[in-house]
This record gives sequence, structure tokens and C-alpha cells, in this order.
Amino acid sequence: MTERVQRWFSALGRPTIYALVHLHRLNRLGMETLRWIFIEPFKGRKIRWRSVIEQSVRVGWQSIPIVGIISFFVGLILAMQSAYQLKPFGATIYVANLVSVSLTRELGPLLTAIIITGRFGSAIAAEIGTMKVGEEIDALKTMGLNPVSFLVVPRFLALIIMLPALTLIADFLGILGAYLFSISALDISSIRFINQTINALVLRDIVTGLIKSGVFAVIIASIGAYEGFIVEGGAEGVGKSTTNSVVVSIFLIITADVVFTALFYSTL
Amino acid sequence: MEKEAIIQVRDLVTYYGNRQILKGVNLDIYRGEILVILGRSGCGKSTLLRHLIGLMKPSRGQILIKGRDITTMNEDEMREILKKIGMLFQGAALFNSMTVGENVALPLREHTQLEDSTIQIMTRIKLDLVGLAGFENFKPSQLSGGMKKRAGLARALAMDPEILFCDEPSAGLDPVVAMGIDQLILKLKNAFKMTIVVVTHELASVFTIADRIAMLHEGEIIFQGTAEEIQNSKHPIVQQFLNREADDVEPDREKYLHSLVKS
Repeated sequence: MTERVQRWFSALGRPTIYALVHLHRLNRLGMETLRWIFIEPFKGRKIRWRSVIEQSVRVGWQSIPIVGIISFFVGLILAMQSAYQLKPFGATIYVANLVSVSLTRELGPLLTAIIITGRFGSAIAAEIGTMKVGEEIDALKTMGLNPVSFLVVPRFLALIIMLPALTLIADFLGILGAYLFSISALDISSIRFINQTINALVLRDIVTGLIKSGVFAVIIASIGAYEGFIVEGGAEGVGKSTTNSVVVSIFLIITADVVFTALFYSTL
Repeated sequence: MEKEAIIQVRDLVTYYGNRQILKGVNLDIYRGEILVILGRSGCGKSTLLRHLIGLMKPSRGQILIKGRDITTMNEDEMREILKKIGMLFQGAALFNSMTVGENVALPLREHTQLEDSTIQIMTRIKLDLVGLAGFENFKPSQLSGGMKKRAGLARALAMDPEILFCDEPSAGLDPVVAMGIDQLILKLKNAFKMTIVVVTHELASVFTIADRIAMLHEGEIIFQGTAEEIQNSKHPIVQQFLNREADDVEPDREKYLHSLVKS
């Protein structure tokens, strides 16, 4: 009996301890990153802006096509689905409201974050993980170069700047999808759709969406970097960490989304 | 001339979990010598090297580099010490995303205010020194194992270090290439008066380069002395290592059976 109780407790306790250890280390990595962004530059250890720009091109510029196409399609899909519901009421003009609000407040930030997790979060984990396995991280340290400042900070800043920017593009192209569908298939004039959209959208919709995407950027960068640094044991370890970084990031993104959506909902 | 100890290791103790890896290591390394740390796989020699360069912090003990204890240093002080230390990793550890030239130039770019043209010239000099002139624009993946090691060495030498650490410099190389690396290490010592610490288990290489040898066994230093002295050593473990004898398996098997019966 006691043994069963013991086993039950250890089955409960072990994952808890693992989770706490991970959380503690993740927190330490986060603090270290913030230190290199906000404190060290004042001590003369500059942020590597060239590296930030390089990473920004990767995460931002090169992601525009995929983010653009997907959000355009999602806008189109949303428009068709809501038109299907609104048609019996003769209220198809409200497609503009539905699509623009749900895109800017919710789907724009979320979709962009998920695409960038797959494209860039996984790449961060794989790159840092490979460098760890190949002793490159150690080599940086023995040269007196801090791996967080050298590798994490540029990627972190690039994401914080580029994810909201991509989100705006996603918002715009999603609404464009709905617009093209509405003017061609719903007999709504171009000017009416635009007016309806402008009236439906308030600044707050866009801003809450951008705040969310900032939070998502922090999640993607820190989980990617963390998973990279904890890689153990060769190529297999890199693969495992890369997969984990995607799964954990998406889970945390959606969890954060619930929290923030509830927060914005209750304060409106 | 009085011998000056540039690195002093005092009572170094370290643990991995509950397992004690280094059990009170004491070692002096003198300026301008090549010290080889010899030992079997898993004896703690790589761990010792990682402590010497500050990648690991010991549980107890001191490591003095030029009289200053690196185990209690903060990041800024350590950075200054590291500028004068080079390290050649077992797998060379070149940054795969950069060219060979960028690899060598990186420490110079980060730690000095030199003009880009000066850095390029210095990079070329270092690559020339290791016999890789003209390979600046190659990616590490385009180089052979021996060339990678040379490039790694060029990078370690970028800041003109006083101390050079080499982790298994000839591991995984064919004998001819390995000999080339050994010659290069000797050249560095003679031309630049560098202090060089080499961790290895390759006997051929040991007798070519070593001024002094320290042998590590199960976390303890069991022998220190010259190449000649180690060959005359009566220590059974040293003898076993030098004569390349396998461990006695028979008595162990009996002990194993006993332990099975007991449990």
C-alpha cells in the first residue's frame, strides 16, 4: 500500500520537478538575454546590429511570401464561410466586419506566429543545437564571447521587430482576400466594403493584435534558443530539440493567446 | 633561468552529480613548455582541460593563471584572461556558418579596434602559419579533417595567445597528418615561446612533442616528469598504458559472478 502511494507521489513529483527545473533555466536564459539588451550596452558591450539586421532579413523579409499567401487564403476562406452563414439574413455586408475584426484581433497574430515558429523558431533551435554539439558554443566561450549576446540577442530582437510587422502584412492581405471575394461574388461594391471595414475596425483591434504578436515573438525566440542550448548527444538530440521547440512554442503561444484574449475581452 | 609557473592547479576537485571526476589535482605548468596530459578515456583529462580554460567551475580548489585565480573571476575579468589564451578543440569547432577567414578574424573583430584591412592581413598571416594560405573563402565543410584542425589552430592563434590548449589534436587523423599537427605545435613553441598544454592518449604524439608529461588516472595525477622518466617509471598503471596492455578481465568476471550471487 505504502509503496503504491510512494509510486503515485513520485509519478506526480518527477514531472513537476522536471518542469520546475526547465522553468528555472528558461528564466535564467531570459534574464541573461534582457541583461545583454538593456544593461550591457551601457557598459560598452554593444548589441550586434549587423547581426540583428541579417536575422531580420531572414525572419521578416524572407517570410513575407509564405505569410502573405497563407493569410490571403485564410481571409478568403473566412469570407466564404461567413457569407454562407450571413446570406440567409441578407447581411453579407457584415463579412467585412467579421473578417477584419477576427483577423486583426486573432488570426493575423496567431497564424503569423505559428508560421514563424515553424520557419524560424525551429531554425534557432537547430542552429544553436548544432553549434552546441560541435563544441562551437564552447569555442565562443573560450574566445571570451558570450553565446547569449552573440547568438540569442540578435535573433530575439529580430523576432520582436519582425513578427508584429509580418502580422500587419498578414492582417492587410487577409482583408484583401475577403475584399476580392466580396466584390466579385457578393455583389458588394468596392467602396462599400472599404467603408464598412473602416467603420468596423477600431485602433484597439489592431493594437491588441500587435501586443499579442510581441508576446508570441518572445515565446518563439526564448523556446527556440532554450531548446538549442539544452541539446545533448549529437544529431539525434538536435532533431528532438527542434521538434520540441515547435511543439512547446505552439502550445505556449495558444495558451498565451487564451490569457491575453480573455484579458482584452474583459477590459473592453 | 628560474622556471615560472604560468598555470597552477591547486587541490582541484569536481563532481558530475555524485561521481567524483577530479580528486584533488595539483599541477604546475611552466612558461614556455609543452605539457602533455596523458590518460585513458574517461580519466578526467578533458574535464581538467575544460576547467583550465574556465568552461567548467570546480567544486573545490583553485586554478591560478599568472597568479590570479580564475575560479572566482567574474565574466569581465575572465574575458581579459581569455584574450591571451587559445584553444584547439577536438573537432576543431569551427563556426560552420562562416568562412575559414571569418572564423580566424572573429576574435580580432570582437576584441580589437583594428581596421578591417589590418584584420584581413593578420588573418592571412595566421592561415599562412598553419599552411592554409589561400583558403580564406572556403567554408569549413569544404575542408578535410586535418585542414579543419589547422584552421582551428589558426583561429586559436589569432590573438597571439601566451597559452595554447589542445584537446586531442591528433585524434581521428591519419599518422602523416597527425605528425604535421605535432610539428606545427613544436614550431609554435619554438617560434613564439608559447606555453602549450596538450591532452591526448596518442603515445606517438606524446614522445614527439612533450617537454613534460602528467599522467591522469581516475581523477588523480599518478605521474609527472619527462618523456625519459615516464619510460623508466615502475608504476604499474603507467607501464600498462605505455605497453598497451588490456585490462585483466578474468578476475573481474569472478567478482561479477560473486556480486550476482550476493544480490
